[in-house]
Amino acid sequence: MTTRLAIVTGRIVAWAMRRSGLGGGTALPGLIALRLAPDLLTTLARKLPSGGIVVAGTNGKTTTARLLAESLRASGLQVVHNRSGSNLPRGIAATFLEVTDWLGRLDGDIAVLEVDEFALPAVVRAVKPRMLVLLNLFRDQLDRYGELETIARTWRRALDELLPDATVVVNADDPILAELTAGFQERRWTFGLEDPAVALPTLPHAADWRLCPRCGASLEYARVFLGHLGRYRCRACAFARPAPTVVARTVRQEPTGLALDVDWDTRTFAVRSQLSGVYNAYNLLAAASAGFALGLAPETLVPALAEVPAAFGRQERVRLAGRELTLLLIKNPTGFNEAIRLLVSTKRHCPVLIVINDLDADGRDVSWLWDVDLEALRVLSVPVSTGGIRSGEIALRLAYAGIEPCGRYPGVVEALDRWLATLPPDGCGWVLATYTAMLELRRELARRGVAVEFWAQ
Amino acid sequence: MRLTICWLYARTMNIYGDRGNVLALVERCRRRGIETEVVEIGVGEPLEPGRCDLFFWGGGQDREQIAAAEDLQGTKGEVLRAEIERGVPLLAVCGGYQLLGRFYRPHEGPELPGLGVFDAWTVAGSRRMIGNVVVDSPDFGELVGFENHSGRTFLGPGARPLGTVRIGYGNNGKDRTEGCRYRNAIGTYLHGPVLPKNPQLADHLIACALALHGWVGSLEPLDDALARVAHEEAVERARVERPTLRRFWPLTRR
Repeated sequence: MTTRLAIVTGRIVAWAMRRSGLGGGTALPGLIALRLAPDLLTTLARKLPSGGIVVAGTNGKTTTARLLAESLRASGLQVVHNRSGSNLPRGIAATFLEVTDWLGRLDGDIAVLEVDEFALPAVVRAVKPRMLVLLNLFRDQLDRYGELETIARTWRRALDELLPDATVVVNADDPILAELTAGFQERRWTFGLEDPAVALPTLPHAADWRLCPRCGASLEYARVFLGHLGRYRCRACAFARPAPTVVARTVRQEPTGLALDVDWDTRTFAVRSQLSGVYNAYNLLAAASAGFALGLAPETLVPALAEVPAAFGRQERVRLAGRELTLLLIKNPTGFNEAIRLLVSTKRHCPVLIVINDLDADGRDVSWLWDVDLEALRVLSVPVSTGGIRSGEIALRLAYAGIEPCGRYPGVVEALDRWLATLPPDGCGWVLATYTAMLELRRELARRGVAVEFWAQ
Repeated sequence: MRLTICWLYARTMNIYGDRGNVLALVERCRRRGIETEVVEIGVGEPLEPGRCDLFFWGGGQDREQIAAAEDLQGTKGEVLRAEIERGVPLLAVCGGYQLLGRFYRPHEGPELPGLGVFDAWTVAGSRRMIGNVVVDSPDFGELVGFENHSGRTFLGPGARPLGTVRIGYGNNGKDRTEGCRYRNAIGTYLHGPVLPKNPQLADHLIACALALHGWVGSLEPLDDALARVAHEEAVERARVERPTLRRFWPLTRR
């Protein structure tokens, strides 16, 4: 009875919110429903005939969940998916409510849920997923999440909550994740990169994990692909990167996106994607591995991956007042470094606007900007401007990187407009923005009829 | 003129953008025509007396902090103590600051011995003290940064704090002191990083380092307009969001 009440109330709240234009109702209805029926997620997830898949990681969970959900849809399944990136229990509950009717009947075969790092144990306990996909663990919003070891401990609790027949799909190139899942031998699928052409010359400043998670000695890297992801081994003990089940043998960046040669079992698949950047190679590999592990036909899975466009704020192109803008979401040092790597690799000499907010969802501590290798932007030699609540902080960081900021505009929309006015009428531009800044930009663009609102995609 | 900046445990204790402090020191020297060399001194690597003109030591996670505490038992710790006595300037943030006190007492496990440079000690707390901080320092004026620590540091009768907390928690959230000073060593909880937004503190460290070489006078002023903007911006953030004690995330509190 409480479940029924929770479902009905949640649905009414969601309806009222959309109706009154208060937003997409991606969290509040779920929050209210969970207050009324704390075990709502368990009740609803049990109704899924093909179970649930949970995706977690600091970077790439939205993209990976989307890739996986589209592959499942292409395979003929009805997928429940928190695609707006609302990844706390309340957002997940709201997602389930959307596909549940007044009688408590659920319209879905399988769920793909991206989950916040700290909510992982609670969600795994409630949803009892058949598969857990772990992407990576980077420094992110340290003021909220505390230290990496705290997250690792939290994830260990989540792994303990898994049912004995659940599968774990994990990034072999991340030492802490490899160690966390070492006990899952039989039920573990690992993925990793092998292409030396996309390796970095050295471990970046922002690399988070330099010590062996097993014995504490230092790790030695034969190759580094992104942050601390790569081919590592411990200098003291036997800990080393496990041989991946699914491997990207080559990773090529083409003008239209990525081209990967992926080895699995005895076969090689040519995986194509509209997404760009090494971090998306990892996301594609994660989704492909999960698909293989679920038994999806590669003939369906591989073409489905190629169809998926960029997710919210991740490499979206929009036309505004005649200018072509590319929007990139930056959340943490590694993501910011990768965004810079992408900018530099495309060799498009477009001016850059960096918008930094420091609200709760961005992380209130902006010190992470100083871990970013902004010096790498110098080679582009384009004008760089700053905006957002912390436009001064990023301007100072740029100055210390040898890049004199060419404009500093407070605010988010105001920054966009004033910066836009400095661009040539048919010019191009890059906009890098933190989470809440990107949200605000997207709302404004939608209001001007430029881009769709993200929850309606 | 050439200064050697020794960055203690650069690889393992470098959290929350602490490397911005080293960037600031190097760049502010460069703009004045002072050459610098940054030497990273990690676990197991020796510290030679007389080699360093300035020390920087950042914060780290538990495992890395324990490794550093062990590394400083014996001669290396003795040398560092002697260098501080000699007047070599040092800036230690968070984890490094804690290890310069007498001891660090964690929730569980053995007490970590400190160098005892500061008459201070640190006890692990149950909640993290997180937020923008504004400090009034008698010698350096208004300082701004971001703190994020669960350790509570208490100063003994012989200790001199860096300043008084105006907004935020500081050493322990109780007595409104922030940081500690001894000779030219400064310990603080201010991340942010602290030096770019508080250039007067960076210049003080540089001046102390130059003084070791017999240099007297005042440093050539630099154009710090952007630093002032970033400083004011951070102070404003501290003002609007007065910090509250909280756990990581309300929904996982159960």
